[in-house]
Amino acid sequence: MSLSGPHLSWDLVADWEQLTAYPFMVQALEAGAIVAVMAGAIGWFMVLRRQTFAGHTLAVISFPGAAAATLAAIPIAFGYFGACALGALALAAVGREGRGGRSGESAAIGTVQAFALGLGFLFVGLYGGQLAGLESLLFGTFLGITQGQVVTLLCIAVAVLSVLAVIGRPLFFTSVDGSVARAGGVPTRALAVAFLLLLGMAVAATAEITGALLVFALLVTPAATAQLITARPALGLALSVVLAFLVTWIGLGIAYFSPYPVGFWVTSLSFGLYVLVRLAAAPPRLRAAI
Amino acid sequence: MLGHEFMRNAYLAGTFVALACGAIGYFVVLRAQVFAGDALSHVAFAGALGAAAIGIDIRLGLFAATLVVGAGLGGLGERARADDVVIGTVFAWILGLGALFLSIFVSGSSGADGTAAVRVLFGSILGLSGGEARLAAAIAIAACLALAAIARPLLLASLDPEVARGLGVPVRALGVVFFVILGAVAAEATQAVGALLLLGLLAAPGGAARLLTDRPWLGVALAAAIAVGSTWLGLFLSYEIDSLPAGTAIIGVATAAFLLAALRDRARGGVRRNNRIPAITANAPDGAGARLEA
Repeated sequence: MSLSGPHLSWDLVADWEQLTAYPFMVQALEAGAIVAVMAGAIGWFMVLRRQTFAGHTLAVISFPGAAAATLAAIPIAFGYFGACALGALALAAVGREGRGGRSGESAAIGTVQAFALGLGFLFVGLYGGQLAGLESLLFGTFLGITQGQVVTLLCIAVAVLSVLAVIGRPLFFTSVDGSVARAGGVPTRALAVAFLLLLGMAVAATAEITGALLVFALLVTPAATAQLITARPALGLALSVVLAFLVTWIGLGIAYFSPYPVGFWVTSLSFGLYVLVRLAAAPPRLRAAI
Repeated sequence: MLGHEFMRNAYLAGTFVALACGAIGYFVVLRAQVFAGDALSHVAFAGALGAAAIGIDIRLGLFAATLVVGAGLGGLGERARADDVVIGTVFAWILGLGALFLSIFVSGSSGADGTAAVRVLFGSILGLSGGEARLAAAIAIAACLALAAIARPLLLASLDPEVARGLGVPVRALGVVFFVILGAVAAEATQAVGALLLLGLLAAPGGAARLLTDRPWLGVALAAAIAVGSTWLGLFLSYEIDSLPAGTAIIGVATAAFLLAALRDRARGGVRRNNRIPAITANAPDGAGARLEA
């Protein structure tokens, strides 16, 4: 029985015991919880500020960082954080270039992302074409997390969320109405840079666990769902964190009992939830048409 | 250099793909849809993996995925104003699907590892056969012709959708057609030159051209010229420098062109800022962001 792999039953207590029987699963659940809370909170501001493209670019930038760290034989975490910090500063710099409305900004962000990917490709090539680890760089090693990584992750999350708590109120103000905030003496520019750095840190920490591609699912989807449900900031923020946490844990749980990867379940659950909320929020006339 | 067949193929495919990406990229940048273009390149990645996972021709998966998603994003454009958040949400799920297909593909065929994914993500412009290069060039030329056919109304619809609608231009249909063209180019470019080059050649030349001139047709020509020039110079550099991959070199040159354009624009400063056509910024199709940024 024990050799035949995990079995899902109606006995939830037994299921939970199976799920937490192995240390790697416990660590994955712990890391998932930390990552989800951080991504849910940061992501809520990211969606509010309509900086999804910047968030995705930072997530992609973590890949050349990891490749560079592998090449230089330094711990990969340095690569993730260094690249994301640099990326955040680069995005902050080109944000100023983004005159001519959003079109200039989106071109600048796209250029930064393409250039970073090009560098990553160069580093992977210089490393000697050893691409075996690329899948885990892109899609993560959710099930190979050590206790040490969980502790590091917790420290980063506490730091990021503390800073966010300090700048949260003015940040919300500038995100909703930049010109009024500026007139009220809020340092809009400094806040924008600080937020991009926070986003970079959160993305770097998350990318190490979930891979560069799936960070994005935790950042954007729960937050977008929460903002569809409520416009009240405190409630929306809490909802975003709770949703991110739920999809991560349920996704991990389902992945444990199924042959398909965690990333697929987490993204599908959160996307399904988003679509449901969106349909429910659609005006009645439209709903009848659907 | 041109004595090698693989270099001739690279120049053939690269030139026309760059021409198409540059010209389309100008409109992508003008419409502030670079994120959508980026999403399409990742959609192509997931589509190719999906086709590989169920064992059909990769090309079929690429085109099916990008055309369907492209039309969907274009259709959302005018009704619900598909902003970056909607695109990001759809996109995150498609990346998850990519992860699923990759795991099915890797566990299904014992010999395969992540290399198929790598090839789709980064392409291999130096590994094209003569037939593949001619096909890539043909699809790119077809995309250019299709773009030329809708260019005039598309420009009007991009600059000022309200006026265009008033003049009877089918703004929303144009958005869909534009995205279908973009999807076809994304599908072809992704497998010929890689998703990386696609994004770089869409964003950097278009962005540079927007900074260099306010005249739209000159801008389209400039964007196409910068894209083709970057490809030529990049291919040459990667031929001369052994360890420099072609994709990195091409993106490097395009990025340099964008930086130069940005520096020149900054040096000329406030004069141009005031001269900028107000309609472009005020009525950009994604007003949500402009409201927050302003």
